[in-house]
Amino acid sequence: MTADNAGSVLELRGIHQLYGTGDAQVHALRGIDLSVAAGEYLAIMGPSGSGKSTLMNLLGCLDVASSGTYSLAGNDVNELDEKELARVRNREIGFVFQSFNLVPRMTALQNTELPLAYGGVKYAERKRRALEALELVNLSHRADHRPLALSGGQQQRVAIARALVTNPTLLLADEPTGNLDSESTHEILAIFDQLAAQGRTIVIITHEENVAERAHRVVTVKDGLITTDRLNRERELVR
Amino acid sequence: MKFGDILLSAVRGVTANKLRSILTMLGVLIGVGAVILLMAVGNGSAQRVNSLITSLGTNTLTIRPSGNSTGSSAITLAVSNKLAAAGLGHVKAVVPESTTSLTVSSTNASETDVSIIGTSPDYFTVSTATVASGNAFTKADVDSAAKVAVIGSTLATELYPTGSALGQSITMDGTPFTVVGILATQSSTGFTDPNSVVIAPVTRVQRSFTGFGALSSLLAESKTSAGVTAAQGELGVELNQLLHVSASTAASAATASTSGTTGTFGGFARRAAAAAASGTGTTASSSSSLPYTITNASTLLSTAQASATSFTVLLAAVAAISLLVGGIGVTNVMLVTVTERTREIGIRKALGATRGAILGQFLAEAAILTLLGGILGVVAAVFAAQFEINGTQPVLIGYSIPLALGVSVAIGVFFGVYPAGRAAAMRPIQALRSI
Repeated sequence: MTADNAGSVLELRGIHQLYGTGDAQVHALRGIDLSVAAGEYLAIMGPSGSGKSTLMNLLGCLDVASSGTYSLAGNDVNELDEKELARVRNREIGFVFQSFNLVPRMTALQNTELPLAYGGVKYAERKRRALEALELVNLSHRADHRPLALSGGQQQRVAIARALVTNPTLLLADEPTGNLDSESTHEILAIFDQLAAQGRTIVIITHEENVAERAHRVVTVKDGLITTDRLNRERELVR
Repeated sequence: MKFGDILLSAVRGVTANKLRSILTMLGVLIGVGAVILLMAVGNGSAQRVNSLITSLGTNTLTIRPSGNSTGSSAITLAVSNKLAAAGLGHVKAVVPESTTSLTVSSTNASETDVSIIGTSPDYFTVSTATVASGNAFTKADVDSAAKVAVIGSTLATELYPTGSALGQSITMDGTPFTVVGILATQSSTGFTDPNSVVIAPVTRVQRSFTGFGALSSLLAESKTSAGVTAAQGELGVELNQLLHVSASTAASAATASTSGTTGTFGGFARRAAAAAASGTGTTASSSSSLPYTITNASTLLSTAQASATSFTVLLAAVAAISLLVGGIGVTNVMLVTVTERTREIGIRKALGATRGAILGQFLAEAAILTLLGGILGVVAAVFAAQFEINGTQPVLIGYSIPLALGVSVAIGVFFGVYPAGRAAAMRPIQALRSI
């Protein structure tokens, strides 16, 4: 890393992503350069087919780019093997998905504990931290409920608690309000605001303008390239 | 991820779809239960056959007339006496057996179709029959063709239900006999009840009932159980001389067959067969065969053991197939489970689950299914083994329980590896995208 980007937690340089071969080949990303500073609240927008989901998968280390470099919290992701990628996903990234993606057979608390279990944290410590995380999203009173007994908004709050429980470098949210009514959307966005105020680095992928406008910075992706990159509100960016 | 966590996830997986898990376990249960129970049945019948044969006495040899034992080659009492007096090195005793079947009556009861055995006093040492009360008849009784008899315990109580039969009189075919001894109770050795029998001096039985022709059979006892084969050879050589078997016949019979040592499976019902032989007389003969056959219990025993072993192996093989089918059922269910839970696998991977953790979870699930199924199978088999199955009391083979359990878990893990491997190899985005 150069002194120029010392403050950034994630750094993409010349990212290309290709799927398939021959005539069926899709050039999903055509050279993405992006850096996100610590404590930044970034929204990535774009129409469907723009490549924003591909970008999200790369950012979340769920997929590896065809070419280009990606460094996350000092790890060069392209260099990591599968086991190390699993560790990075566990320690550095907290995922929030559009469809919540909670394990249906497990209670809210057990779901929240899951990343800690994969991280090898001891039982007592796990439970304490999971309850803290649920407290953060005001759901500690529903800790023993299974996902089906919770509303959509509550499920998404459990998912946020689960994403935060490992205290990750990056909170990555993929259309977090896509499946929610406006009241729940408001609730969830308020939590994101609060987290941003606490200095969390958040990347949120959305196609909803009202979601994007809550972020500090909005990046628009179209046809595999970043077309616009603007600041929403005044904030001192550590560059 | 700790081992306990993996196990916990696996238990949650198993209990997620209880009916399916129970049905899968049922397949393993039946497989394991069948292996243990059928091996026990095989073992039980082997033990039963062994005890039947051992009760005949493993030192005992039976000489029976074969097809062409008429005329000069007939085995008569004289032949028996000469054989006994020949002083053969490995032979301890030779006793005649002249058998028939008659109605026996006392003053107040009667029994039909009782086996009558005419023999000499050595019979009580050669055979497994022992006198429990009173005395055996003596050599003098044989010489004088005395009307004395030793009777089986069942017969004794049937003829004299109130008092002791000892010293009482019984009548067979109009001839009165005095009961001088009562046999100890013996376990059944096949078709006939050894406790419903009359044993009398051979001379008296021949004179009153069977005539002075050929005997039903001879019983010989070897001095040691190791010397049975040697005794058999000596008896054969001596008999060939006594029965005037030509050297060529003896030689060709020796090479053509092992007639002298053949242990037929039905042979353990020696008395019944001997009685049948004496009743039907001679059958068609071939020029090259000997006029007698010698069988001994140890050859019977080894034959019976061999057949019992193959019986057990056969049963175990059939059971193993059902265990295999149960194992394939586990694979099937695990494949469905993995497909069904693709999304969950994706979530877990996104949260930082390694390949090993996913593999471990699904393998543990397969192992739990088969282990629980296996344990229930053991319980079911041990329970079922308490009951007689088709006349055989199953005897559990100790090693069959860990064997069947181990094999079932091994099958579960083996057949679980493929589905679990598929789960572990899934790329997280693909897994998350599904459904």
